[in-house]
Amino acid sequence: MDYIGEHLLPGKIGHLLIIISFVASILATFSYYKSFRSIEPNDQWKWKKLARSAFIIDAVSVFAVFILLYSLIANHRYEYTYVYKNSGNDLEPKYIFSSIWSASEGSFLLWTIWHAILGLVMMKTTKKWEGPAMMVLSFAQVCLATMMLGIYVFGIKIGSSPFSLFREQMPDLPLFGYADYVSRIADGNGLNVLLQNYWMVIHPPVLFLGFASTVVPFSFAIGGLMTKNYGEWTKQALPWALFSAAVLGVGVMMGAAWAYESLSFGGYWAWDPVENASLVPWLVLVAGIHTILIYKHTGRSLRSSFYLIILSFILVLYSTFLTRSGILGETSVHSFADLGMNAQLYLFLYVFFWLPAILSSIGAKNQIIGFLSALTFLLLTNYIHPAFSLISLIAAFGLLIVNLGKIIPARQKEEAGSSREFWMFIGSIILFISSLIIIGQTSLPVFNKIFGTKHAPAQDVEFSYNRILIFIAFIIGILTAITQYLKYKETSSSVFFKKIAIPFVVSLIASGFIFSFGHINYDKYGMGFLISIWMAVASSVFAIIANFSYIWLGVKGSLKLSGPSVAHVGFGMMLLGILISSSKKETLSFNTSGIFVNFGEGSKENSGENLTLVKGLKTDMGKYWVTYESDSMHPKKAQWYYKLKFESKDGKEGFTLMPNAFINYKGNQGLMANPDAKHYWDHDIFAYITALPDPEKNTDTSSFHNKMVKVGDSIFYSKGYLILENVKTTDSLPVELFGNNGKLYEARLKVHSKTNSIYTSFPKLALAKGAEISVPDTIMSESLVVQLNKFDGKTAEIGMKESTSVLQYITLKTYKFPFIIVLWLGTIIMAIGLVISIVRRLQVNKIAD
Amino acid sequence: MKKTQIVLLVLIIAAIAALISLMPKGGTDLMSSYETIASAKEKQGKFVHVVARLDKTKPVEYDAVKNPNYLSFTAVDSLGGTVKVVYKNAKPDNLEHSDRLVMKGKMQGDQFECNEILMKCPSKYTDDPKRIQQSLNNNTN
Repeated sequence: MDYIGEHLLPGKIGHLLIIISFVASILATFSYYKSFRSIEPNDQWKWKKLARSAFIIDAVSVFAVFILLYSLIANHRYEYTYVYKNSGNDLEPKYIFSSIWSASEGSFLLWTIWHAILGLVMMKTTKKWEGPAMMVLSFAQVCLATMMLGIYVFGIKIGSSPFSLFREQMPDLPLFGYADYVSRIADGNGLNVLLQNYWMVIHPPVLFLGFASTVVPFSFAIGGLMTKNYGEWTKQALPWALFSAAVLGVGVMMGAAWAYESLSFGGYWAWDPVENASLVPWLVLVAGIHTILIYKHTGRSLRSSFYLIILSFILVLYSTFLTRSGILGETSVHSFADLGMNAQLYLFLYVFFWLPAILSSIGAKNQIIGFLSALTFLLLTNYIHPAFSLISLIAAFGLLIVNLGKIIPARQKEEAGSSREFWMFIGSIILFISSLIIIGQTSLPVFNKIFGTKHAPAQDVEFSYNRILIFIAFIIGILTAITQYLKYKETSSSVFFKKIAIPFVVSLIASGFIFSFGHINYDKYGMGFLISIWMAVASSVFAIIANFSYIWLGVKGSLKLSGPSVAHVGFGMMLLGILISSSKKETLSFNTSGIFVNFGEGSKENSGENLTLVKGLKTDMGKYWVTYESDSMHPKKAQWYYKLKFESKDGKEGFTLMPNAFINYKGNQGLMANPDAKHYWDHDIFAYITALPDPEKNTDTSSFHNKMVKVGDSIFYSKGYLILENVKTTDSLPVELFGNNGKLYEARLKVHSKTNSIYTSFPKLALAKGAEISVPDTIMSESLVVQLNKFDGKTAEIGMKESTSVLQYITLKTYKFPFIIVLWLGTIIMAIGLVISIVRRLQVNKIAD
Repeated sequence: MKKTQIVLLVLIIAAIAALISLMPKGGTDLMSSYETIASAKEKQGKFVHVVARLDKTKPVEYDAVKNPNYLSFTAVDSLGGTVKVVYKNAKPDNLEHSDRLVMKGKMQGDQFECNEILMKCPSKYTDDPKRIQQSLNNNTN
């Protein structure tokens, strides 16, 4: 069939560019290999030139792919599946970017673009390391390009292209029986409403830059193995590792900020597998930075540096596998769905797991043995039992340990217990252990898959992490505080104690101050846990104060040397912010309303966290009075805004919150709520909608009951009574509207409810051009409709009905989060400290060259 | 690694392990288990995960005006077991449209008291043709 109105050219070009980038990155990998393996300098130069051109072609191609995809989404080309599924006509321009990285293909594209940019920078700056390091990076580019290839080889689909056509992916849909199907698709499926948030425009690029940049230190480490230059790579890797830690740390915390602002995880951190998977590479990377520093100053810990730097990149790949394979389906609501690419994702991880083990083997024979065992384990995993994947992992890492043990001999002399390197090393190990604890627990679904078991996560997932990590926080806090005061090799104890004494005493006073005025009494898990929180709070205060003092006591106020102290102050603040805000989070919307007494069973023992507000009714909510005043709709989307007025009971503060909700957005049944927050310097108040009336159930079945009354008479209804106060008659009315003898009656009724509220109601009756038109009045909070049927000058006929369908209400949750600002500030300060360190390290490297 | 390091590390790990063991255990074991409705009924009062779906033939009881923190419905699993579920929280809005529920909680008498419900909705990201067709019906003219 010839289809009308399709725009096939951009897609074809796009697909071609993906294939070009795939081929070009293969060529770059091979040429870079040749560039440092050739013996003749002339050959080396020729290969390097070829490799650079190939890499630049790869970089240009992936940029062009990005621009094409952007233009397809911006122009609503719904003949492409990716555009149809992830965007719609109502998208604001900034959310076109969110659309690009909302699904798996687009986020691989983002990743590969960052690799391309990092590669171009490395090409300019790495000099003699360009060959080996860029070879590894180009190889990573090959793997990423396969993820977007979307071609079939021997009937097996390799990758998933963002340019695949809708009608080719789902040829059976009846829609594609029409030649003009393109013009029939009026709108796209729309972007997931959770992602229609400004943090989702900025968080993914930063996080992916963090992910992508872990490949750089990894490339230097592998380059070191390949060129048998086992120590020097650390000098190149250090500034990049610092860069990666800064960007990844900020990226992860931006995700936390998004989770916080959208409350989709119930706070900024929920130990969700998706969050854990991005935190763990960061922890390992930070441990790696510290072991590299030990190596630079003392020549120790080189092997640990290899392990940790290699592992941080492999953990990035593992987290990619976890979040994209659909394996987390049962434990996380936030992972990507299975794209049928699991085998490919697993291979991506597998290749990089064995690569360091094979390349660290000495001699071609050993490398071939390593390669063959990798292959054997892969076949065993596939055909015999999935448990071999775990054995393979242990074997690969075991081989790396054995190989590095041969290459890098152990030091005979022990380091002194008073040396800085000793305690830094302990700190690195603690960080590493914490990452093992987190990733081990997160990998539960993977273990279930491997062993065919059916274990479920703990009852209280957050506490199952917190109860262990609280001690890690305590130890890390102390180590962060004291280690800078120690000297490499050996420290005289008198100097150490003299210097640390002041910060220690100040910290004790500051912690005492926090405990006496901060009211940290989080006793949900008993006294033991509360004491642990206090210990951790005190140790993080110590970390902040000790490192802050070190800027003067240690480096004499020198800005360029203060990087580590500043970063550690930031880290300490992050710990403190996490501890205080989590242990003092409050629910404000406890159902304390005087009107809605506990009806249902069970509501006594569990005062729920949801509160229902009836429109117009001032409701008691702990410290505040809250009124649901009005609502309004977004001009283009099915998104409703609810205006809530908060007044504190002491009359000192008043503010308005406008939480909103998407209702049945794009045919997605149900409600997607976005909170609104009032930010104070020391706490934030969040409100969000948890339930709304169901319009289907609200068909009005009740009818009016009529009563004849005179002025002063009262009428009873189920929740109180009304008194007719008077009826006002107007007869000088515009003739063109009311005709001759037109009359307008307006009754005034006082409504006395059982809850002692008093309302006034004004139903109207118009006599116009011989017709009687009744205008009823509704008292929302009493679900009461009042109508004036007849009036003869003395007696009025009043109609009344009580109907829940008139009741407009919302159900909401309100939270108070205190001192979250300490966490955000800490993140920024830590990033600043890392940047100062990068500048310092680049200067040191320059002088050494 | 040197002797002192090993000693120190073992000490630290032992200290953490000892402290963790002092933490309250009640219901905070590292793992729980997936159960069917029938097997969950045998484990009264034990925290479990149950995978089931909403029985649409039975009424869903939720009235936000009376009590916004009380939801009750009937769940049925793939083996045909049914149970009344009580969830003391706001009704998840897409409950009626989910095709699978992962419910976390415990059996109390003959009802399942649920702390948390994960809704598995027909995702907009899967290539389920029915779902795509439905979305297309909304968006075509």
